[in-house]
Amino acid sequence: MLTEFGKIFVFLLVAIIFVAVSIFIAKLIRPVRPTKEKLKTYECGENPVGTPWIKFNIRFYVVALIFLIFDVEVVLLFPWALSYKEYGFYGFLVGIIFLVILAVGMAYEWRKGDLEWARPKPNIPYLKKIIKNQTGEINQLQSEESKIE
Amino acid sequence: MNIYDIIFYLFAAITLVSGFFVVSTKNIVHAGFYLLFTLFGVAGLYVLLGADFIAIVQLLVYVGGILILLLFGVMLTNKITSVDLRSGTSYIIPAVIGVGILWGALTAVLFKTSWRSKAPSGMDPTTSEIGRLLITDYVLVFELLGILLLVALIGAASIARRDKE
Repeated sequence: MLTEFGKIFVFLLVAIIFVAVSIFIAKLIRPVRPTKEKLKTYECGENPVGTPWIKFNIRFYVVALIFLIFDVEVVLLFPWALSYKEYGFYGFLVGIIFLVILAVGMAYEWRKGDLEWARPKPNIPYLKKIIKNQTGEINQLQSEESKIE
Repeated sequence: MNIYDIIFYLFAAITLVSGFFVVSTKNIVHAGFYLLFTLFGVAGLYVLLGADFIAIVQLLVYVGGILILLLFGVMLTNKITSVDLRSGTSYIIPAVIGVGILWGALTAVLFKTSWRSKAPSGMDPTTSEIGRLLITDYVLVFELLGILLLVALIGAASIARRDKE
C-alpha cells in the first residue's frame, strides 16, 4: 500500500530513470563526429565575448526577497485555511489579523515603489531653457523698443 | 532491511554526498546548486518521519525560495569561480578543542536519546492539526509571525532598495 508521498516518490523515480535511459540510448545510437565549429558555444558563428559569470542586477535580488517573504506567508496560511472553519468567526479573525499585518508591509512596498521594476531613466535630449528664455526676452525687448519708437 | 530503510538511506546519501560537495567545491555557484540536492534530501527525510507539512514547506521555501535568493546573492558577488576559501588566520588548538567538545556533545546526544527507530505507522496528514494549534494554543505565535514577516519585509526592502537620490 502506497502512501501519497510514496506515489510522488514513484513519479520521481520514473522521471529520473526516463531521462537517464533516453539520454543513454540516444548516446548509443547517435553518430559522434565533432568538429571545431560544432563545439563552439554558438553554432551560428557568433564568437562569445567575456565571461558568462556576470554580476546580476540588484533588482532581481529585491524581487526575490519580496517573493520569499510572501512565500512564507502563503505557506503559513495553508494550515489556517484547513481548519479555521471549526472555530467560526474567531478562527476567521485570527487569519484576517495575520493578513492585515502583512498587508501593511505590502502597502509599504507599493507606496515606496519596490514592487515596480526599476527601469533605467531614459536620457531624453531637450533644448536648454536658458536659450529659449534669452531669445524670448530679446524678442520681447525688441518689440517693446519698437513700441517706444 | 525493508523498502522504508532503503529509501531512507537513499535520501540520507543524497543529503550527505551533496552536502560534502557544497563545502568542498571551489565554484560557489556550483555549491549553490549542490545545496539544492542537500535541501531536497532533507525534505525526503522529513517525509519519512511523517512530517508532511514540514516537508512541503522545505520544498516550497528552501528549495524554491531561499536557494534562488542564495544564487542571486552569489551572482552579486565579484568573485565566483576559484574562490579562496581559506581564512587568513588559523588557530589549530582552540579549533580542535571547540570541535571536539561539539562532537562529543553531539555523540552523547546521539547515544543518549531513545530514538523512535521504526517507521511512523500511519501517515496522518498533519497540516490541519498544525492549523488547529495555530488558531488555539499558539495564536499569539501566529500573529507574532506575521509581525516578524512584516519587519523582515520592510527591513529587506529598505536595505536592498536602490538609493533614489
